[in-house]
Amino acid sequence: MPFKSERRAFLKAATLAPAAVALPVRFANNPATPATHGYFSGDETRFMDAAVSRLIPADELGPGAKEAGVTFFIDRQLAGPYGRAETWYMQGPWQKGTEQQGYQLKLTPAELYRAAIADIDAYCRKNLGKPFAELDGAAQGKVLKGLESDDVKLERVKAKQFFDMLWENTRQGFFADPMYGGNRGFAGWKLIGFPGPRYNYVAEIDQYGKRYTQPPVGILGRDPARRIV
Amino acid sequence: MATRLPKKDVVLVGFGWTAAILAQELTEAGMQVLALERGAYRDTVPDFAVDHIQDEYRYAIRDDLVEEPERETLTFRNSLQETALPMRHIGSFRPAVGAGGAGVHWNGQTWRFLPDDFRIRSHTLERYGAKFIPRDMTIQDWPVTYQELEPYFDKFEYLCGISGKAGNLDGKIVEGGNPFEGARRREYPLPPLKRSYATVLFDKAAKEVGLKPFPCPAANTSAPYKNIYGVQMGQCTFCGYCEWFGCGNYSKSSPQSTIFPVLFRKQNFEFRPYCNVTRVDLDGSRKHATGVTYIDAQGQEFEQPAELVILCAFATHNPHLLLLSGIGKPYDPKTGEGVVGRNYAYQITSSVDVFTDEILNPFMGAGSLGQAVDEFNGDNFDHGPHGFVGGGYIALWTTGGRPIHQSYLPKDAPKWGSGWKKAMAENYLKACSIATHGSVMSYRDAYLDLDPTYRDVYGNPLLRMTFDFHQNELKMSKFLTDRATQIAKAMKPRSFHPKPRTGHYSIEPYQTTHNTGGAIMGSDPRTSVVNRYLQTWDVANVFVMGACAFPQNHGYNPTGTVGALTYWAADAIKNQYLKNPGPLVHA
Repeated sequence: MPFKSERRAFLKAATLAPAAVALPVRFANNPATPATHGYFSGDETRFMDAAVSRLIPADELGPGAKEAGVTFFIDRQLAGPYGRAETWYMQGPWQKGTEQQGYQLKLTPAELYRAAIADIDAYCRKNLGKPFAELDGAAQGKVLKGLESDDVKLERVKAKQFFDMLWENTRQGFFADPMYGGNRGFAGWKLIGFPGPRYNYVAEIDQYGKRYTQPPVGILGRDPARRIV
Repeated sequence: MATRLPKKDVVLVGFGWTAAILAQELTEAGMQVLALERGAYRDTVPDFAVDHIQDEYRYAIRDDLVEEPERETLTFRNSLQETALPMRHIGSFRPAVGAGGAGVHWNGQTWRFLPDDFRIRSHTLERYGAKFIPRDMTIQDWPVTYQELEPYFDKFEYLCGISGKAGNLDGKIVEGGNPFEGARRREYPLPPLKRSYATVLFDKAAKEVGLKPFPCPAANTSAPYKNIYGVQMGQCTFCGYCEWFGCGNYSKSSPQSTIFPVLFRKQNFEFRPYCNVTRVDLDGSRKHATGVTYIDAQGQEFEQPAELVILCAFATHNPHLLLLSGIGKPYDPKTGEGVVGRNYAYQITSSVDVFTDEILNPFMGAGSLGQAVDEFNGDNFDHGPHGFVGGGYIALWTTGGRPIHQSYLPKDAPKWGSGWKKAMAENYLKACSIATHGSVMSYRDAYLDLDPTYRDVYGNPLLRMTFDFHQNELKMSKFLTDRATQIAKAMKPRSFHPKPRTGHYSIEPYQTTHNTGGAIMGSDPRTSVVNRYLQTWDVANVFVMGACAFPQNHGYNPTGTVGALTYWAADAIKNQYLKNPGPLVHA
């Protein structure tokens, strides 16, 4: 029976620090990885930049997901404990299960991204002549809609399952504290009017209907860009 | 080969709310008490300090304070015909790991179950007749009454420093409180919290439709407070990070903020972290426990002898440990015989999102900052025309406005793209959500047992959960959602969006951590695991705390009732059991 407590205690210690601190471990194991990315290949990065730009585009309301660093955020997450399903129960036997039984794939989130991106690019090449990142915006939007509705059939992955994960992770990257590498310049928080993890609203909570005007602040301060490793 | 350790008077398995209360009470009685916790020691500083705790991604999304399925999870299926599969990541409920348990990451919504709830079977038979209870519904009366528990509810509320407004003082209905609550001996320790704008709008609308809204009882302090053990708490600052977070401000009641400062000074208390109890050890008669066996962080196995073993783990873990230890007869849904695992229940929730034209600042909140109505809870209304048992409260909570989880969009808003972005910008500050929180009755085919296939990191069978929503609950939840929609309309919003709960119960996404049953209390050993003092019928020196003792689940959050039951059991152990160890109730 494998006993995992020591390993878990170490990993737990690693996850206690922001993801940025845990990253060098990953790099040490994988020296060939480009300096800015812990998991995605060049092709995967191009796919992600294109996909998150369709999901949350840059427009008159401000930066989109790509500008806010969402590709970088997801890359870090997939290189870390989340990507490896570190805390998940990943022992077999594996069965499809009912919808109510939740996630039953043998793939970790990182493996699911790798398989899905390759499958989507293969689908796009076959049906549209180019990989996803080289399609025009309208065509990309159509492919994403096809994934969302499960109308696009992928070889190894259920399209909607990947779409849901991608969209969830994109929103997380857009709205998580900027110290995780997304939400750059508080792009997500500025869009909606969230002032960040401020601490005391005793004086303001009963000023009904009044807009709170203090600027956003993150866990590492007001200018987190310079604090990202 | 397990190492045998020196004997203790009392060993507590797990170290959340129930264990912290028992440790405090039993050390006061002079006992040598040891708490074994599978997770780490955690305290307000440094673990919940405000320099890092307000992190939605780390705590609410990546579950940093929550148990890891990799080590311990359960398998799940909707019905006996299906093959149960593991819950592979945290989903519909979130048990904690570490000192303080789920008392660290809860919101602090602290209710007392209604007097009628404690005699639901008798009450239903009296008012509606035997035909009103479906054949497969296995509800039963509690072996304890509201009146008996009242002093212990009071004690838990004065431990926590609950902010609220009494609605029934010694039988006299008080304006502004909950007129449906059971009689209480005195006011709440603290006045209600300041209100958010959304709760003010809800309050006005509820009154317009003829209901009697009141401030929800909150384990978030509205003012500085010194509790029954002399522990000082500070005033809540409405930072909006209660649920899934520890409180760095000493203003959300938790074992850390209410008990640890006095408990950890005691010479007769010992806390051991990273100790995973794998079984209760019994002697040859199998009627007496000799102690427990646990595995520490180095993988070493230890035998910890004790006079008294008290299971204080999460509601699903206590029945699991009983099954692994062979205490009590496992429940068999085919014959209806056996008790351990019987009457597992849950709660059923739904919501109505409301979109206004006014700035509501949802991020200024607290975990139990809310206004509620109780007209549709318990048997506060005539169930006759509706044909279901049970009920729930309807509330508007302003627990916080964390952007990933707590943003709402109108039904017709685009799901992504520029349209989504525009909708987020237009709605985040102006949206709120009305919640319904409903009871789930117990049924013959809803239960817990050991999984035949899947195992945990120690090689033990995982717990298997067989559960689904029944027609009674779906009907009841629709009734609550319809009533919530009427209040939403009376708020005269720009738009609203009812989100009823329909179809099968699903193991994801998150719904509520109000799991109950599996080691229920009762007055008959053929239909319960523990007696009215939470003592197991079969092994007199093993007690089982927590919501696993609920015979079915009622319409409120469970912690207030769990706290009261713990003080009630502590009293019985101190004043009856220790004087004459043995069964406290003779069946």
